[in-house]
Amino acid sequence: MNEKVAVYISRELYERVKKEVEESGGEFKDVSEYIEFVLEELLKEENEEAVYTKEEEEEIKRRLRALGYM
Amino acid sequence: MVAKPHGGKLVNKVSREPRRSRLLEEARELYQISLDLDTAVDVENIAHGVYSPLEGFMIQDDYLHVLEDMRLSDDTPWTMPLILDLDPRKMRGISEGDDVTLAFRGSPLAILHIEEIYEWDKKRYVRRIYGTTDPAHPGIAQVMQRRELLIGGPIELLSNVPISPNFERYLLWPAETRVLFEEKGWRRIAGFQTRNVPHMGHEYIQKAALTFVDGLFINPLIGKKKPGDWRDEVILEAYEALIRYYYPRDATVLAILRTRMRYAGPREAVHHAIIRKNFGCTHFIIGRDHAGVDNYYGPYDAWQIFQEFPDLGITPLFIREAFYCRKCNGMVNEKICPHDEQYRIRISGTRIREMIKKGEIPPSELMRPEVAKAILRFKELFVR
Repeated sequence: MNEKVAVYISRELYERVKKEVEESGGEFKDVSEYIEFVLEELLKEENEEAVYTKEEEEEIKRRLRALGYM
Repeated sequence: MVAKPHGGKLVNKVSREPRRSRLLEEARELYQISLDLDTAVDVENIAHGVYSPLEGFMIQDDYLHVLEDMRLSDDTPWTMPLILDLDPRKMRGISEGDDVTLAFRGSPLAILHIEEIYEWDKKRYVRRIYGTTDPAHPGIAQVMQRRELLIGGPIELLSNVPISPNFERYLLWPAETRVLFEEKGWRRIAGFQTRNVPHMGHEYIQKAALTFVDGLFINPLIGKKKPGDWRDEVILEAYEALIRYYYPRDATVLAILRTRMRYAGPREAVHHAIIRKNFGCTHFIIGRDHAGVDNYYGPYDAWQIFQEFPDLGITPLFIREAFYCRKCNGMVNEKICPHDEQYRIRISGTRIREMIKKGEIPPSELMRPEVAKAILRFKELFVR
């Protein structure tokens, strides 16, 4: 397993996550595992957003202008 | 922000230089499978992400999950199988693991990596997809003509499918509409699917939707339809006239979707919504008898099916059929009009069609005169 580091979250958020973990039916071992899972999913989604490069985007804009859409 | 692509990632399987030239060379040496126009267009759509997250034709696991559960094997909602059929007599020399060339009109269109070759049960297919085995259903007639084996695997596009110059300027891909919507600053976009010329009922539901979103994406379906349907050129000209005279230009985009109609009613309604999600739409308009034909489906069956997909990622907008009420003095629907039937002018597509055929302009309660005039400029109005 990778080396772990400590991060700080509010007590209130911690309690809410803890409740989720307890209700997850064993899906998550503890709060840390839950938060790690959620953040990984979020980052994965963010990375999936970039579907074209800057150059491709400019090429698209040129075509859209030529067609009269922009 | 526009809607995330279905499955989280917009597929791009269009090969670029120098890889494309190398693959084209290889394609000439590979076993060739010839495609008809509709299947070639499906290949192009896959490559440009119209059917994201699909990267090719379905393997058996996905095919069966879609058939039985309306989901891909990874649980992503998906209602219409995307399959490639093959004649068993013509598959000598090819097997799973091979690359083959998908050709259109004799030229390499794409390379398909064969992951799986499998049999399918057409009767089971039509029962699950269409809810009937009636051979008179036009979608079923299409299926029963298909060949006995299915071939699944990812594709890579090498060339474009030729398109009529009349339609070329309307052909936008999901990557393009996404950039366009972002540039326009639209955050909420309602998609509208159509295979008809616009009458007042269509205008009503489109504008009802536009009231709540930033932009309207009118996306007529261009491709094989049944005899008697409006010709594609006529639909586009009719929409050009409607938008020119009656729609806010900066809140409307008109672009085509090349694909065939399957006439699968509710299942196809979800399929149409997924496609528009890939184009960047956050909302999708579902009217009366969406993708239906004759009386195979109830008028609002397509509304019910969406309840099974809380995780679809695009919001369906259920808008009731509109009519003109002489008491209300405007376009209304059942929910908002308290008046009797005697005051209501129902919008009949058949009546509009008959009037247009005779060269007459329908009353303005049914169709905008500018739209009717644009339609009447054509000699050939309907698919033969």
